[in-house]
Amino acid sequence: MGYSDKVRGIYQDTLQKIEGAGLFKTERKIFSAQSAEIEVEFPAGAPRKRVINMCANNYLGLSSHPDVVAAAHQGLDTHGYGMSSVRFICGTQDIHKELEQKITEFLGTEDTILFPSCMDANAGVFEAILTEEDVMISDRLVHASIIDGIRLSPAMRDTFKHQNMEHLEQKLIQFADKRVKIVITDGVFSMDGDTARLDEMVALCEKYDALLFVDDSHSSGFIGKTGRGTHEKYNVMGKIDIITTTFGKALGGASGGCVSGRKELVEMCRQKARPYLFSNTIAPVVVAGVLNVLETLSKSTERRDKLETNSAYWRQGLLDAGFVLQPGDTPIVPVMLFNAKLAQDFSRDLYAEGIYAIGFFFPVVPNGAARIRTQISAAHEIHHLDKALEAFIKVGKKYNILGKDKKQIIEMYGM
Amino acid sequence: MENIKDVVLKYVVDEYLDDPEDEMTYETPLISGGIVDSFSMVSLKRFLEATYKISLPDDRATPEAFDTVNSITDLVNEFLAKK
Repeated sequence: MGYSDKVRGIYQDTLQKIEGAGLFKTERKIFSAQSAEIEVEFPAGAPRKRVINMCANNYLGLSSHPDVVAAAHQGLDTHGYGMSSVRFICGTQDIHKELEQKITEFLGTEDTILFPSCMDANAGVFEAILTEEDVMISDRLVHASIIDGIRLSPAMRDTFKHQNMEHLEQKLIQFADKRVKIVITDGVFSMDGDTARLDEMVALCEKYDALLFVDDSHSSGFIGKTGRGTHEKYNVMGKIDIITTTFGKALGGASGGCVSGRKELVEMCRQKARPYLFSNTIAPVVVAGVLNVLETLSKSTERRDKLETNSAYWRQGLLDAGFVLQPGDTPIVPVMLFNAKLAQDFSRDLYAEGIYAIGFFFPVVPNGAARIRTQISAAHEIHHLDKALEAFIKVGKKYNILGKDKKQIIEMYGM
Repeated sequence: MENIKDVVLKYVVDEYLDDPEDEMTYETPLISGGIVDSFSMVSLKRFLEATYKISLPDDRATPEAFDTVNSITDLVNEFLAKK
């Protein structure tokens, strides 16, 4: 027991510094299943309140869908609660192999390997397939889990300016002598909601003999005409070498993720990826739920179509009201406020109006780019969006930002 | 030889700024200001080593030493003097 007062003091000081910098994260307790409306206790001890949820990754509204819940129940009955094993010892059931096959078909790839999460997939994949003779060239706004995965790999690393194809091409030329070059991007960028221009990236990767890696966590299930992802939207299905994605967002929202792509690269992950080798298999109940989600999505585009309509309605409503938005056409619609305190105050006032939406600021987004990130769901009905819009307008008027541009808002509130 | 400060400033503006209208001075905080992240710092180090034919050891290529064009210039000058 070496937890002396001195050691305790070190951690207390660090936590105080985090709090002092306004970066202390707290959890808000939710008393209902995930849905368009949730019951929240905030702050701790306050009366529970029913609010419209505008910040879940529940894009297709399947997190609590009765069909998914029923399939999960059935999986629990037929395949048990847990496997108490990693995949390669005694943790692979028939449904794990079935899910890998179904994901491969859904994404249009060659093979798939499941991971406990997409964070694990991203953390494990680069180390498994690259050596010090190789180079990783990543967009500067890729997700934190990719950054961690890059750190774990011995390959050389570099970055290119967000969505800047000329800069990417310069880097590909610069690293022409490397054994393997891999270009790394998100499909949909989670903070801005913009989509990577995969058609141009595929062309560059073909020209310079580079692999292309796409994290489609904020895309799988709803981007593209049949919801296969960003590669479908840009007509490059079959041309992405590695896709990682999650089952924790649109595809049921529980947990789990995968690496899907060229069969040799997937096999390298099966042999060498540490989060796969040393972490438990995905629980059968989750596998059964995701299988049901994929079956539903393969039969009908109804949910992704509704999500698309909802997203366009919401975006247009905010634009008409005079908010500054990040441009895009995905269900991620960031309302730009630029100033960190304004973003926090705005979020608090929205909550008072019955709307649950979170403010994001540095270091999660660049300094001076604070925002409320709204996320639309197929579970939203138009009346939810109208009520949320009414609240946004009311709070927007309070802070006098409607119809103001970036420069004017920064003049009023600072960066 | 072109002024080191201006060479470094030009490289930083070209390589890291998305908006050419953003202001950048010799004292703009690059890393603590969120303009250059630790990954992107690698390309800056490589550029300095290739341009000035110097080798910057990892324990000197720190976020503090790379935080402004002025501090980077000091570092380059120090290693040029040792050549």
